[in-house]
Amino acid sequence: MAPRPSEPKTLFDKVWEAHLALPETGENPGLLYVDLHLVHEVTSPQAFAELAARGLTVRRPDRTFATMDHSTPTTPRPFGARPVYSSPATKKQVETLEENCRRHGIELFGWDSPDRGIVHVIGPELGLTRPGMTIVCGDSHTSTHGAFGALAFGIGTTEVGHVLATQCVLQRRPKTMRVNVEGRLPVGVTAKDLALAIIAEVGAGGAAGHAVEYAGPAIAALSMEERMTVCNMSIEMGARAGMIAPDETTFAFLRGRDRAPKGAAFEAEVARWRTLKTDPGAAFDAEVTINASRLSPMITWGASPDMAAPIDQPTPAVTGPDADKALRYMGFKPGETLLGETVHTVFIGSCTNSRLSDLRQAAAVMAGRHVGPGVRMIVVPGSERIKKAAEAEGLDAVFRTAGAEWREPGCSMCIAMNGDMGRPGELVVSTSNRNFAGRQGPGVRTVLASPATAAASAVAGAIADPRRLMEMCGAA
Amino acid sequence: MQPEPITQVSSRAFIVAEENVDTDQIIPARFLTATERGSLADACFRDWRFAKDDQPNGHPLNAVDTAERAILLAGHNFGCGSSREHAPWALRDFGVRAVVTSGAGDIFKSNAAKNGLVVAEIGREAHGALMEAVAADPDTEITVDVEGLTVSAAGVRASFDLEPFARTCLVQGVDPLGFILGRTEAIAAYEAARP
Repeated sequence: MAPRPSEPKTLFDKVWEAHLALPETGENPGLLYVDLHLVHEVTSPQAFAELAARGLTVRRPDRTFATMDHSTPTTPRPFGARPVYSSPATKKQVETLEENCRRHGIELFGWDSPDRGIVHVIGPELGLTRPGMTIVCGDSHTSTHGAFGALAFGIGTTEVGHVLATQCVLQRRPKTMRVNVEGRLPVGVTAKDLALAIIAEVGAGGAAGHAVEYAGPAIAALSMEERMTVCNMSIEMGARAGMIAPDETTFAFLRGRDRAPKGAAFEAEVARWRTLKTDPGAAFDAEVTINASRLSPMITWGASPDMAAPIDQPTPAVTGPDADKALRYMGFKPGETLLGETVHTVFIGSCTNSRLSDLRQAAAVMAGRHVGPGVRMIVVPGSERIKKAAEAEGLDAVFRTAGAEWREPGCSMCIAMNGDMGRPGELVVSTSNRNFAGRQGPGVRTVLASPATAAASAVAGAIADPRRLMEMCGAA
Repeated sequence: MQPEPITQVSSRAFIVAEENVDTDQIIPARFLTATERGSLADACFRDWRFAKDDQPNGHPLNAVDTAERAILLAGHNFGCGSSREHAPWALRDFGVRAVVTSGAGDIFKSNAAKNGLVVAEIGREAHGALMEAVAADPDTEITVDVEGLTVSAAGVRASFDLEPFARTCLVQGVDPLGFILGRTEAIAAYEAARP
């Protein structure tokens, strides 16, 4: 039941209630109005085809933005040049999006756009993502935008069609969960480590049916980029959405962004955004508390993101059938320490960890060093803007000098559908969000980690604790 | 556009017992490049069922005849992970008409309902009993009653919840987009009332 107006409300309640074009009833879900619809090439073609079959148009092209990221090549090429696709199917998919956007008057950040990038990177970067909004996309990592106090969630292709045609989506009010993060992250422990620690605590399905709010001093201390990393992985514990109340950090990030309101209009929005926080005494259906001060760098040891542990801890000694199967897939033994395990490929990128601060974090570890013998490392910035900014401060040179490949923006090895993938049996240390069996290519074994851990492991040629290298280079 | 009404699914079942079977297992990302709805039967559980040379391997799923076994009895948190609607598409193309589990991924569940795939989430205890019954006798007949919201088999009977509108869509063959389009006035009023 939604609380009555006199009752204290959660951040989620406030955004939810403000977007109901029709309330939910016993029979019918609520009709939730969508402020921002983000579209990409993989989950939209059948939705546009459905519109065509029914003779429908896009209701609000002005609230719809498209980019291409999932099946796009990241191989180096001059800006604006059309790439060489990995297959006729991926080429057709991108061209279908281009055609659909042209036909329906949807703004597409395409090959000629300096704003193109991963959908969950460019929304915030351009200031399209703002507090209090409802945001959907045919992608489960849409929860990333919740870092701004938006209600953002992934939808399926049929629902993409619903939103294109009606700007609405049918939704039941989810339950709410608050994850309280006390303390403060120690030096050398990152937002990615926090996200993995939370998922390990809650479990892969532990937040199913819930909209999660991350709160507490350790969350308030995070930058926007770090908050995006935390909210990004909400789906990995089954959550419908992840949210963080907007504050001065949020407003400072958005001020002056291209697509955000300007001047007095922006300040008026800030006044409204300040009300977007959970009232004292508001009740959640579930609460979880984590102490950030006790955390270490985290890595995954299995084939589900919740199979994660501190990097210096052994894999579980006592396991069940699923953990056994995962350990067998990974080639690890129960009770084994993973530090020193040989690494073949390192991937830095994805909507989780491809922002400028992630690249800086990796570069700080790699500066003056080289990847270990036989290690392949690819670094894929999240957007054209990030690529440009990283190059302006010489991060690309750090990576290239260290023997890594510096690529064009895209999802790349996170979903491995653009030609970037690992080889069967390889151990990949990846800053992405999913270590599912075969996710990065058939038979590929994925270890999820922060950019710092990934970089340290690239240098060592083996799984390595980044704090050791950070001490040596004075970063810690 | 008007989906086929589904009031119940009665069939034998096959088991995928693992917990947290994600949608990347149900259909790997490299099969998401289609721009049309085509048959994804061979892509379903692809990396479980096919060897590196793209030939079917000895996995038990390759011996499943879904004409005889249209119910998938799955482990907890089935369909977690990616929002790809290709997952229910692939299961339907493979011949699955209902998934019985103790819990399913939210987005998967929502996508399934829109594609005539019944997802019945039953209690852990009944789920365990059903797993045992089917393991003991693979020819156990299971009935998933979408109208009555029950799953029944010899010696096991459990109720499940289905979001009422999803149930109506399945049972009456209601088209959700048609439903929303029928409320265009409310959408226009909402838009008009906002700054």
